[in-house]
Amino acid sequence: MLLYSLRRILIMFPILIMISVVVFALALAMPGDALSGQIDPQNANPEYIEEMREQLGLNDPVHVQYGRWMAGVVQWDFGRSTVHKMGVTDLIGERLPNTILLSVMSLIITYVLAFIMGRYAGRHPYTIGDYSIQGINYLMLAIPSFVAALFAIFIFSFQFGLFPSSGSVGSGVTPGTLDFWISKLHHTFLPALVLGALTTASYTQFLRNDIIESSQKDYVRTARAKGTPENEIYNKHILRNSIIPIVTLFGFDIASIIGGAVIVETVFSYRGIGELLISSIERRDSAVVIAITLMLSIATLVGNLLADLLYGVIDPRIRVE
Amino acid sequence: MSNQEALLEINSLHTGFEIEGKTYHAVKDVSFDVKPKEVVCVVGESGCGKSVMSLSIMNLLPKHNGKIDKGEILYKGRNLVNLNDKEMNKIRGKDISMIFQEPMTALNPVLTIGFQMDEVLINHTSMKREEIRKKSISLLKQVGISRGEQIVHEYPHQLSGGMRQRVMIAMAIACQPQLLIADEPTTALDVTVQAQILELITKIQDEVGMAVLLITHDLGVVAEMADRVVVMYAGQVVEESDVDRIFYDAQHPYTKALLTSIPRMEEEREVLNTISGIVPSLKNMPKVGCRFVDRCPDAMPECSKVDPQLGETEKGHSVRCLLYDASHPGKKTEVR
Repeated sequence: MLLYSLRRILIMFPILIMISVVVFALALAMPGDALSGQIDPQNANPEYIEEMREQLGLNDPVHVQYGRWMAGVVQWDFGRSTVHKMGVTDLIGERLPNTILLSVMSLIITYVLAFIMGRYAGRHPYTIGDYSIQGINYLMLAIPSFVAALFAIFIFSFQFGLFPSSGSVGSGVTPGTLDFWISKLHHTFLPALVLGALTTASYTQFLRNDIIESSQKDYVRTARAKGTPENEIYNKHILRNSIIPIVTLFGFDIASIIGGAVIVETVFSYRGIGELLISSIERRDSAVVIAITLMLSIATLVGNLLADLLYGVIDPRIRVE
Repeated sequence: MSNQEALLEINSLHTGFEIEGKTYHAVKDVSFDVKPKEVVCVVGESGCGKSVMSLSIMNLLPKHNGKIDKGEILYKGRNLVNLNDKEMNKIRGKDISMIFQEPMTALNPVLTIGFQMDEVLINHTSMKREEIRKKSISLLKQVGISRGEQIVHEYPHQLSGGMRQRVMIAMAIACQPQLLIADEPTTALDVTVQAQILELITKIQDEVGMAVLLITHDLGVVAEMADRVVVMYAGQVVEESDVDRIFYDAQHPYTKALLTSIPRMEEEREVLNTISGIVPSLKNMPKVGCRFVDRCPDAMPECSKVDPQLGETEKGHSVRCLLYDASHPGKKTEVR
């Protein structure tokens, strides 16, 4: 198991280098560069712009730029954000906790909802309850997230005033105090609910279908033949098997925990990674875009590795030696 | 033996499946009984309702469309048909237990053998965990698995088919049941392993003193194991008798055809005997008349007009065929 994990981690390095090349090339291929987002071409002296380009190294050949960037990366320096005038590492470090809080909260909401609904629907398939759950799920799946976010803001913030409509923390609270954390949770709950509810559908459906399928398996009949109560059959025999496909989704989720939700974060003006990514793309802040994209790639790779290792924990047949 | 009180008595059992709103009977009017410590074999080709019949006894029919329409299943005089799941759970695995055809899929792949062994004892006894584990290991030894201490920590995929079937048998006998239903227990196994498993069932039957209801399509197994034989065709019992009379004095044309299909050591044959045609499917079952008529070498015009009834031709030997039905005079010609 340890050897297998080590091998998987080692394989990740060449993949990461390839990803970094692609990401870097794509960022350079974007029309414009760091200066075009900052300087008004009508008023600036073209010679000055050219001079700045030279100074920032934007006129160097691609491989030189890549080499310089890579040399920074191995020293944990992802360059400077031209928009925020600070190091990319610090910038992401500032946003990451917000995004992780949002994602973990939404994941918890997803898991709890999907587990309750999927289990019920799987155990009572083709009943009114099952059909209602499916109906709700498909509705949620069909609603675009920005529409759901706007509705949530309209209903919960403006009509009932239960949750704030934007931001990630209230103004005037001192970081580290209890009030600060309560305010944070309060701000995060609504976007987390929107995110969580929208992704619940696929989990619920996976779980439901797998429970239905597993409940017709021979080993369930064996358990019944032993006189095992129905509840235990579902909780011990079936659920353990039905969780396996869910783990696959969990692998993808690891990436989304870090990547955040671009659209929902933007609608809620939630200061997370997703919002940072979008605004950086708009303003050609390449260093930030490259760093976030690379980070997401790593998260996806690690997520898949974790999922593969989790399979082994749940299913002894694919336990790796 | 026929004077003894029956352990299991099946009376006019009808089990149906609902398909597109219509009920089709996979088991139609099946009656027979099993006496204590007796081995009864139910024989018939694929699709004749043997398995559905055995699942009916355990109330293990697929919940969404299978159900018992009519008839009773009396276990020690108690009708099992009307019991709910909770009441049935007290009987399953304790008084009546069952082993299945496919040992490869009958065990849960993600739970240890020990967990699955212990489960039956947890369900039916009040023993402590450690005692249960000890008992599980000793049961594994009883079915010929010597390294029980290790096996309890292993998973089904680490065992061979024969081993898994032994585990299934160990689970089935854990509570010393009165009746073991074995639904084609050797079909999926190698021939050499088959013999071992049958030997094991016989040995265990002696030790535990249980009756065995053995479902099979293998007449070799029948000859080896059975005290009494029930021949089923298309959901009905067509012949029932003790084992000797089935092999030496079979009466129903279907039973005879089955027997001539067995290749024999002493004869040389170019082509194996087969019964032409197939069992009619549930949807195409003839509404009236004998269900075997299309494939029967002795069919008469009346056969497709009159429902034959199961009747005794001699003590302990019943046949469902017009050829032996006294109420159809003139048809009682000996065709043997």
